[in-house]
Amino acid sequence: MDQIILQILNGLDKGSAYALIALGLTLIFGTLGVVNFAHGALFMMGAFVSVTVSKLLTLSHKVVDETRTDFLGNPLQVDVPYVYDWFGQGAGDAIIDWAVPISIIFAIPIMVTIGFIMERGLIKHFYKRPHADQILVTFGLAIVLQEVIKYFYGANPIPTPAPSAFTGSFDFGVAFGFDPNAIIYPYWRLVYFFFSVIVIGAVFAFLQFTTFGMVVRAGMADRETVGMLGINIDKRFTVMFGIAAAVAGLAGVMYVPINPPNYHMGMDFLVLSFVVVVVGGMGSLPGAVAAGFLLGILESFASMSAVINILPGINQIIIYLVAIIILLTRPRGLMGRKGVMEE
Amino acid sequence: MLGLEKKDFRLLLIVVALTMLAPFILNPFPEGSDMAQFNAGYPDLMQRFVIFGILAIGFNILFGLTGYLSFGHAAFLGVGSYAAVWMFKLLSMNVVPAILLSVIIAGVFALIIGYVSLRRSGIYFSILTLAFAQMSYALAYSVLTPLTGGETGLQPKPGDPRILDGALAPGETATPGFFGLFDMRDSLELSVGGWVFTFNVGYYFAAVIMIIAFYISIRIFRSPFGMMLRAIKSNQTRMSYTGLNARPYTLAAFVISGMYAGLAGGLLVSMDPQAGAERMFWTASGEIVLMTILGGAGTLIGPVLGAGFIKYFENIVSKINKTTLEGWFYWMPDGIEDVVITIIYPFVGKGWHLTLGLLFMLVVIFLPGGLVEGGQRIAAALKRKKPDDAKSSATEPAE
Repeated sequence: MDQIILQILNGLDKGSAYALIALGLTLIFGTLGVVNFAHGALFMMGAFVSVTVSKLLTLSHKVVDETRTDFLGNPLQVDVPYVYDWFGQGAGDAIIDWAVPISIIFAIPIMVTIGFIMERGLIKHFYKRPHADQILVTFGLAIVLQEVIKYFYGANPIPTPAPSAFTGSFDFGVAFGFDPNAIIYPYWRLVYFFFSVIVIGAVFAFLQFTTFGMVVRAGMADRETVGMLGINIDKRFTVMFGIAAAVAGLAGVMYVPINPPNYHMGMDFLVLSFVVVVVGGMGSLPGAVAAGFLLGILESFASMSAVINILPGINQIIIYLVAIIILLTRPRGLMGRKGVMEE
Repeated sequence: MLGLEKKDFRLLLIVVALTMLAPFILNPFPEGSDMAQFNAGYPDLMQRFVIFGILAIGFNILFGLTGYLSFGHAAFLGVGSYAAVWMFKLLSMNVVPAILLSVIIAGVFALIIGYVSLRRSGIYFSILTLAFAQMSYALAYSVLTPLTGGETGLQPKPGDPRILDGALAPGETATPGFFGLFDMRDSLELSVGGWVFTFNVGYYFAAVIMIIAFYISIRIFRSPFGMMLRAIKSNQTRMSYTGLNARPYTLAAFVISGMYAGLAGGLLVSMDPQAGAERMFWTASGEIVLMTILGGAGTLIGPVLGAGFIKYFENIVSKINKTTLEGWFYWMPDGIEDVVITIIYPFVGKGWHLTLGLLFMLVVIFLPGGLVEGGQRIAAALKRKKPDDAKSSATEPAE
């Protein structure tokens, strides 16, 4: 029992990332009808926003400390971050410590802007082209974005720690009445899970309870009719692209402490996220979220040693295997709508 | 000639001439000169040109004709490679049985994957093939290690049975050959003036196979079967209304293109007898797609051009470093030289992927037909200009 709970928890954080990326992919697909292969690159750029912010916050200048001396007897030069000068040492430390959550504030406008530029500058011209062309041009864009990041940040993963308040692990064993240490789970992964639930909830609430969201949903169902009612649906869809980019970016920002980001992390996630979208059903938002968590949890169950002993290697292929089975038995995925991508 | 129309036969002749004279054409700069690093006439690179040419020709039969975008074609390349190495290990270092087996195994593999994947079309098909390829990659990397060598890859080792040749003595290495007549690594060097031309047995072996593969692909393009495939691309629904079942045709195209990929895998191993799982990774599949689109999907010669173009870039542009750039721009005033080098530097050397990505985007945006369409447009522009010039020169004196 404790093993099962542990695996479910383990699957949640990966599942959250899959769900967030798949949600953005589906938003773009459902609204604009574009298959965006550059979505993983957006996730990666979000992660690097976080890296950049934490680097900027630790920017420092040299100050001569009269009270201490170095080994030659000269007054010691100390690096003092600028945030110390602005907010004092205590607040400055706290700000540096909380760099990753603070990046969220910066990531949202940056990612929305990137999304706008992408949609207006490139993807707009591809609505009328075949899906293959859309896949190819966004694939090219993903390569370009990836290489730009590699040029500026190098090829090695850049570790960026979580705030020290979240560094430990939570002992679920005690909380649920099992043996202590039976279920240990890092705090940050819990934070990531709750964060993703909040973001997903926010997106759904936005679509469900605002007039803007209502129009967008109407546009997803029947774009032409909405256009005939005199609503500029293209403009709203552009906004949705920006939101989708921001969702992917936020997923990346918060993922940084779990896995140090490198320039190809986006591509690694993209392939799986596409599988998630297809399993969930093209164009279905709840499907994408459900499939994301489902596949994340399945993956972690498959990596239990008891399972690997029976079926060696299953942890490597489980997601693809499930995708193949679902696509062959339920052609529209778990919750796919009729008439989407069926030409 | 050979059952081809005049135009196609001319194209075939051009390809034959280009491949046979490649050691000359690809080595235009004398040895030791500044431009010598642009020479592509060394055996390893020339072999890659033709082998990846075969791969792209095969992919084009599927994607160019039927429009089914497979994102998992590298799996067949990998399977073919493993099959060929196993033939080296079990039978002998002769390349002919190795390549035959790799084609057959890749064909069977393609039949299984194709039978399942082709139930769906569009993006679902792409994802299914991608899923199968990633599964093969993951399995080859982990569980199938006894069969594939896992992380270290598979290569002939001392102690292999090698029924026909006998086991290798420790420390002895074997190179692939052709019935013991040629060794794939044998080369003949010819020095003329400052130029050095290398004629490599492996290259010519692969080139002859590529010409045969190219010929077969022309025949497929011009056959009723090729017409069926094109009908699938333009309107599958209408095709099925006329009472034709599209599935056998697409499956046949999928298997043929899988066999081409297996052939390319077998040839790769024949040139350098080792195979690794990274050959099946999805980026490798992506590269095949890039080659075909860049050259021009659906055209005969496009994929070969695209493959050559990308392999040339990969090997030549990635070798340019800061010193080389400084060598080129030394004649500029100092400040401007630095500016120019700083601008160009991110696009060459390690950053050649950036150039490739940009180029690929430009091609998809402006030239959906690839390099071939670009060539046709230039040719058309030149043709239009000439009569215009003649006319204007003829009329002007009269005015």
